Amino acid sequence: MNEKRYVARSTAIASRVLGDETMVMSATNSTLFTLDEVATVIWEAADGATPLEEIVTKKVCAQYDITPEVALKDAEVLVEQLAEHGLLLLSDKPIAQPASLPKGTP
Amino acid sequence: MSGLVEEMAGKGLQRGIPLSVQLDLTYRCNERCVHCYLDHHDQGEMTTAEIKDLLDQMADAGVFYLTISGGEILMRQDFFEILEYARARTFCIKLKTNGILIRKKEADRIKDLGVESVQISIYSHVPEVHDAITKLPGSLAESIEAIRRLRAHGIHVVMANVLMAQNVHDYHGVKALAAELGAQFIIDPTITPMMDGDRSILGLNVDEAALREVFQNEALTGNAEEFCAPPQGPDAEALDAVPCSAGHTACYVSPYGDVYPCVQFPLPSGNVRRMKFADIWRDSPQLKEVRSIKLRDMPTCSQCAHGETCTRCPGLAYLEGDMRGPSYQDCEKSYAKTGISSEYLEARKASPQPQRLQLVQIQGLQHAAQNLTANVTESSALGA
Repeated sequence: MNEKRYVARSTAIASRVLGDETMVMSATNSTLFTLDEVATVIWEAADGATPLEEIVTKKVCAQYDITPEVALKDAEVLVEQLAEHGLLLLSDKPIAQPASLPKGTP
Repeated sequence: MSGLVEEMAGKGLQRGIPLSVQLDLTYRCNERCVHCYLDHHDQGEMTTAEIKDLLDQMADAGVFYLTISGGEILMRQDFFEILEYARARTFCIKLKTNGILIRKKEADRIKDLGVESVQISIYSHVPEVHDAITKLPGSLAESIEAIRRLRAHGIHVVMANVLMAQNVHDYHGVKALAAELGAQFIIDPTITPMMDGDRSILGLNVDEAALREVFQNEALTGNAEEFCAPPQGPDAEALDAVPCSAGHTACYVSPYGDVYPCVQFPLPSGNVRRMKFADIWRDSPQLKEVRSIKLRDMPTCSQCAHGETCTRCPGLAYLEGDMRGPSYQDCEKSYAKTGISSEYLEARKASPQPQRLQLVQIQGLQHAAQNLTANVTESSALGA
């Protein structure tokens, strides 16, 4: 049985959406990353409360012509890479976000 | 600039996004540096609520790099409240401070909030020289202690060494001190005029021989032969290039809400107490004018052999009276670098500029007076 995976943006990052891309900088080592359009959709939806599978079906597959299976596989690779760099947190349980974050903070 | 940073800057320019903003929280300071260009009296700083609202507006406008500076930023009691809010809006933050008010508690907070870097000015490794510049006895020891505290937390510290007549021989010592403390060392040989146009502090600038020594020092500039190579004159591409990021992808906001193209370019372009940040950025006639200027439009610099390689600062040119004109200080630097003079430099040497140009920069009190008038008018209308 597949377990649900939750993803949340780390608080140790700086980020900004630039058109359909997102700039993300790690606060720990100042390394800059850019996320493409699809990765930006996942990044913005990574609220710690929505399972990755749901993000993929409701956000990615709703906007792009891709099957849920393929999209989920690609999304799994992406979030693991981002987690390796400390930009995303992964968990099999919902991840609480700091209360001080203003609403809609990407 | 790394490839990715350059690429993102290019995309920001293409889309008209203010990627980088310097926000000064206050001009108040606990030091009184001899070369400082600011008036330290509080002319009506933005409140905490105003600054938080501005941070929201800047985040929405796409600002990514946020430099928080002053004055001394820790003179504001609400500094950490502002910093915490800014980090929650996911800005990439650089702090500029003298560090004197950074004790253990403050260093812990800065670490927790995840700033990109903290820049601290160190003028000399010799206490008597540094303290004479800051006019605050014991300030070197305090600033060094702050650097140690920040470094102990693994925070990236930039040690900025502003060169002037008083400390011109000390940069080797400051560089060694930076290495010992694990800080990055940067050197800045430019003293800028006061924001009100007073040019008297320019007398503190280092002389040409000292500048040449700095430029020839390969530990500072890399390959000296390449760095100091004779100029070739601007080609067609250079004539149409963006002169610098001021007004294009960067701007400055004063503690009173005034928006300028850059901290070193005090051209009043709007005030966030009266207009939305994004509207100023997009529609300000002053910023539009700055954006319209290419090297091709500069009658003197476009004809100068140094035109392409000169570090000409449009803000310094503006402070000399013409944003399309040359910046004398940069003409001097180009000469010191290459040994090749320019027509403008020779002409200026023959006829020096006045010590003060009339400029209007500090507008906080004027805005307060205008707002008061507006309120009174509205009350009268309601009462009638």
